[in-house]
Amino acid sequence: MDAVWTPDLSTEIAGVTFKNPVMTASGTFGSGMEYGEFVDLNRLGAVVTKGVANVPWPGNPTPRVAEVYGGMLNAIGLQNPGIDVFMERDIPFLKNYDTKIVVNVCGKSVQDYIDVVERLGDEPAVALLEINVSCPNVKEGAIAFGQKADALYNITSELKKHAKQPVMMKLSPNVTDITEMARAAEAAGADALSLINTLTGMKIDIHRRKFAIANKTGGMSGPAIKPIAVRMVYQVAQAVKLPILGMGGIATAEDAIEFILAGASAVSVGAMNFVNPYATIEVIDGIEEYMRKYQVKTIKELIGAVHE
Amino acid sequence: MKQKVDSIVVSQKEIAPAIFDLWIETVIARDAKPGQFIGVFPENKSTLLPRPISICEVSEDRKSLRIVYRIAGQGTAEFSKLTAGDHVQVMGTLGNGFPVEEGKGKKVFLMGGGIGIPPMLQLAKTLNEQNGGKAGIQTVVGYRDDKTFLKEDLERYSEVYIATEDGSVGTKGNIMDAVRENGISADVIFACGPMPMLRAIKKFAEETNIPAYISLEEHMACGVGACLGCVVKTKEVDHHSHVNNARICTDGPVFEAKEVEI
Repeated sequence: MDAVWTPDLSTEIAGVTFKNPVMTASGTFGSGMEYGEFVDLNRLGAVVTKGVANVPWPGNPTPRVAEVYGGMLNAIGLQNPGIDVFMERDIPFLKNYDTKIVVNVCGKSVQDYIDVVERLGDEPAVALLEINVSCPNVKEGAIAFGQKADALYNITSELKKHAKQPVMMKLSPNVTDITEMARAAEAAGADALSLINTLTGMKIDIHRRKFAIANKTGGMSGPAIKPIAVRMVYQVAQAVKLPILGMGGIATAEDAIEFILAGASAVSVGAMNFVNPYATIEVIDGIEEYMRKYQVKTIKELIGAVHE
Repeated sequence: MKQKVDSIVVSQKEIAPAIFDLWIETVIARDAKPGQFIGVFPENKSTLLPRPISICEVSEDRKSLRIVYRIAGQGTAEFSKLTAGDHVQVMGTLGNGFPVEEGKGKKVFLMGGGIGIPPMLQLAKTLNEQNGGKAGIQTVVGYRDDKTFLKEDLERYSEVYIATEDGSVGTKGNIMDAVRENGISADVIFACGPMPMLRAIKKFAEETNIPAYISLEEHMACGVGACLGCVVKTKEVDHHSHVNNARICTDGPVFEAKEVEI
């Protein structure tokens, strides 16, 4: 009979150790403040913040969100207060908690991204940078860098020259072959990859004969996209050596474990925070329960452990 | 404190065509204020997001909440089937609510249009308590026709003036027509209803130079201020994103009319 043991939920991405593999998908959790009323932020592996640019962005006109079968569309357009307010308000707030800070960075030009990355370099509390080259809802920048391998290579290598923290490129699923993007990011020196961002979708209100979202198209998220995300995480894990932060429709610990078995070193809960504000904590507890049940000592044993 | 909790249906009835009156027993009732709302979750997993529905009334013992809503889609159609004893998941309380103290000792208009009428009930009740009676509390409500739901409840706490689109009850026309026809006036306005009505109220408040607090609606996802899905253009820089876009779910849903561009 084994002595009483506790599963080790800690995991690592690009040299950064997280106490558990559960994070929050950018844009679904603000900077943690709004969900702090529901969950103990100290328990999270990390808070991944809403995308921040060099200057404030007003975002898109409303309606910005619409429900679709098993998920939702959004076209927020990366409304954010800019790096100044973020450094003065959001970072000090998050520093009050025993969780890692991952900052999602957005921009319209390579220089915009560099400006933000350099400012964040002054803040040692920021553990990791997630570079948003995959938001489908803004007209300039973002996805323009994430849908062509050469553009992705260029921005990744530029940011690597300026970043003090490890650089994680967030990949778009709106491409023909996501492994081509993953390889380009790896070749350019990226330290990690996160995927998937939302899938571009559309909804039409047949009664008013209008687009449900003012931007016409929006990014789809929610449980309905999960099988696509798991498939892409698996493909990317096979194609590159970089650690992966996996996400897309995660609602439960079972979902999270699928991503880990497919090759993710950590996972993010996104749209499901809106449906179940306690989802992140339930996923953490459920992973621990699974590890006890199957006598899994460390998360590392599960990463990419799927087999034929 | 905001929380998502399991709640129990006390009763439900249809009080006008496709308009349902639902009482639920929930701990969320304890701190609920007029003008705040709750997120009600459908059970059907293809419809995931909470439905924002304003609080119509809080029971005297503060253990139950009343919502009055119109069937607008799959989620509300599902809610309309709930019966006593059923469980329903509810998140709340959400939003800022009406600044009731602005109506202290004043002549007030409570203006509601259509499915914007329900929040006026708890507001009338609270103002009535605060001001020590009905005096000066004037509810002006607009309906399509003679299905004047909540009229009797509102009359218990306020003077009620009615406008109907078809002229079957009260003034034929909208709430502004009812104000003119009855020759009534106020020092402050609280309102909830369709956008054309709110625009008319904003204009009226500016012309007569009185404050108007209006409750806005927008498609929402999280309901707690995280997703930035439901925003309204504001005159002043908003405190969250500093881009003149306030979050209706948390900075609102009630705004002073002159502060928002609608």
